[in-house]
Amino acid sequence: MTIDWAWIGDHLGDIWQATREHFLYTVIAVSFGLLISFALALVALRWPRTYGPITWVTGVLYTIPSIALFTFLVPVFGLTSILTAQVALVSYTLLILIRNIVAGIRGVPDHVVEASRGMGMTERRIFLDVQLPLAMPAIIAGIRVAAVTTVGLVTLTVIIGAGGYGLFILRGIGRRFLTEALVGTVAAVLMAVVIDRALVALERAATPWARRRRPA
Amino acid sequence: MIEFFREVADWFADPTHWTGNRGLPNLMAAHIGLTVVSLAAAAILALPLAVYLGHKRRGGALAVSMVNIGRALPSFGVMGVVFPITLAFSVTATPLGYWATFVAMVLLAMPPMFVNAYTGIRDVDASLVEAARGMGLTERQVLTAVELPLALPLVMAGIRTAAVAVVATVTLSAWLGYGSLGTYVFIGFAQRDQVTVFVGGLTVAVLAVITELGLGGLERLVDPLRVIRRRHRRLPE
Amino acid sequence: MIRLESVTKVFPGASTPAVTSLSLHVPEGEFVTLVGPSGCGKTTTLKMINRIIEPTSGRIEVGGRDVLAIEPHLLRRSIGYVIQQVGLMPHRTVAQNIATVPRLLGWPKDRIDDRVDELIELVGLEHGMKDRYPAELSGGQQQRVGVARALAADPPVLLMDEPFGAVDPIVREHLQQEFKDLWERLGKTVVFVTHDIDEAVRMGTRVAILNIGGILEQYDRPEEILANPANEFVARFLGEERGLRRLGLLPVSSAGLERGPVVDISADPSEARTVMETHGVDWVGLLDGKRLLGWVPASEIGSTPLRDLRPRDFLVRLRPDDSLRRALDAVVTSRTRVGVVVGDDGYLGMLDVETVAEEITE
Repeated sequence: MTIDWAWIGDHLGDIWQATREHFLYTVIAVSFGLLISFALALVALRWPRTYGPITWVTGVLYTIPSIALFTFLVPVFGLTSILTAQVALVSYTLLILIRNIVAGIRGVPDHVVEASRGMGMTERRIFLDVQLPLAMPAIIAGIRVAAVTTVGLVTLTVIIGAGGYGLFILRGIGRRFLTEALVGTVAAVLMAVVIDRALVALERAATPWARRRRPA
Repeated sequence: MIEFFREVADWFADPTHWTGNRGLPNLMAAHIGLTVVSLAAAAILALPLAVYLGHKRRGGALAVSMVNIGRALPSFGVMGVVFPITLAFSVTATPLGYWATFVAMVLLAMPPMFVNAYTGIRDVDASLVEAARGMGLTERQVLTAVELPLALPLVMAGIRTAAVAVVATVTLSAWLGYGSLGTYVFIGFAQRDQVTVFVGGLTVAVLAVITELGLGGLERLVDPLRVIRRRHRRLPE
Repeated sequence: MIRLESVTKVFPGASTPAVTSLSLHVPEGEFVTLVGPSGCGKTTTLKMINRIIEPTSGRIEVGGRDVLAIEPHLLRRSIGYVIQQVGLMPHRTVAQNIATVPRLLGWPKDRIDDRVDELIELVGLEHGMKDRYPAELSGGQQQRVGVARALAADPPVLLMDEPFGAVDPIVREHLQQEFKDLWERLGKTVVFVTHDIDEAVRMGTRVAILNIGGILEQYDRPEEILANPANEFVARFLGEERGLRRLGLLPVSSAGLERGPVVDISADPSEARTVMETHGVDWVGLLDGKRLLGWVPASEIGSTPLRDLRPRDFLVRLRPDDSLRRALDAVVTSRTRVGVVVGDDGYLGMLDVETVAEEITE
């Protein structure tokens, strides 16, 4: 079994199209996931007793297999709706994002918050200027996991008629064509890696203080 | 909406859905069978190495890379790549799509099993290990008497995570021609039959939840500090 | 400046109050230390002044204003607050940390920059540290930044909760001394919580001794408390070396200094012998005018002119503002059994054990 390079050459346009679709799906899902997770995290931080139930619900959503979730949404949104895919994709990001946001904020040392309060910062200021920036590493770590997982899940959306790299995989399977399936798989892995590295760079840029240490 | 669920109920009431190749018992058995075989293979590959490296407290980078690569590798893609390869070697004794799914599932299950077992063993309180060594236990005894029992809940957690993931993803075997609960989803989409699609998803979801709860319970049973935890309710999990 | 009237604090779910009907007046410019055993409510009391904790009953006034009548964050911007773990913002530079309250108050950028420079010098840091992050500083340096930050908006009141507790003892002593000097220069009102009676007594102009439940046992100048503990609790809390601690607070200049066995080098050796006999010692100190040169043992006094002798140096030369405790140490460890005191103008006199002992019983 060899790779048909000519085929790849012929289909660069399709590959690019799939890339755009795949990327868009991923970004939309993670962005909405982040928005919803932030809102829920703020609720959990303000009313700690809600954290348990929130994690339970998002945990159940996480346990339900993605394909199953697609099928549950089909009667609601139809067989080939974008919403079917997006609602499922967003649900998968919730657990990890909420957990990381809450852990990140709670992980800010108490004495830093106490000193800031003692100096006369309002609670809002403390959240925006102190807790959020210091929680960034944890939050971005969560976004990385959510993004990479989503890239993988988007390959499955093809079964409900969406595009992306899953299309190559599906066709490769149908035609017993190695090259096509390989292109779909490798492209998905590459996109996941690129997004992950980009987020790492973002984290580094956003946290200049984290790398400075005492000169010996 | 209610109409729809009535139709789903009707599907389950229909006796023809319970017999034959495309019957629920058959497909579920195939689904569970492939799951168990994949998990067993993954466990054999991942666990001994993880325990060994964890005991030696080496190879943390390997665990991390495994998880990262595993997360970025789409199972569907792996299946799509391995499938034509298995066809080229025409392993006719086994059903179509079986091996491709198997390989993808082993790759899916190994990272969580590995990282949990590795961390579980490695993070056993170092002072306990040192005390055991100091009392004269051999390395193997330290492993079997101290590290393994204490790490067992985490090892089980890794198996549980892997099991749920595999149960969920074996569904894709249907696209390769191997009959599993995914067959309902596959056929349903092809025939634009929403009810069958839903049945496929429902059965897989139920199986996943049972796996999660069942193995979760086992995980708690296996915890050597279980009695103390319940009694004091203050020890960290 | 700060007035607590019958302040009580009961935490929800607690059976006994953390602070019981505490009344305390901190006059302006005083350095008050709150000290007591664990559970005496000293930190709780401190935190009620800047309303981090709210009293269950009673009234607290700062600068004549009821603390409960002002918006908490506005109140706190007018009070400096220093805690043990410092609490510097790890993601801001030293300069940005110090500038926190001035920025909250809306100071113009230039004024803030100047103030930061001023404070960095004031607390003894180098200007190069302005752009470093807290993780790059040592514990002692971080604590200095914490003090600078508290002083940034020039608040009249400073609250400090065991600020030097987290650094090692050598650094702690330095910080204590430096801060005390700083306070003398700035003239702020300070309330300082500590569990260390030595620190309390050394740093405070007034010491408040609290018992468990926030009961005020004694509130007075440290010398007074050490000399006359109000009750047995205070006496036990002060510990057994009360007398020595008290000596640590008294300067040498407060004791009666004797001229002692000294003789000018221009004098005749026979005068040296007379002086030694009068004082009943076997050594004599040599002066050149007002300058104390050292001492010589009797065996070296012969016919040689005193000028030509090579005197030995006194191991310790006390200054008038050194503590009597140091003087006692010098007396006890020296060959000559005295502590010589030298001021800016020269020789002032000497102390012996009896002189010091008198101060204890006074």
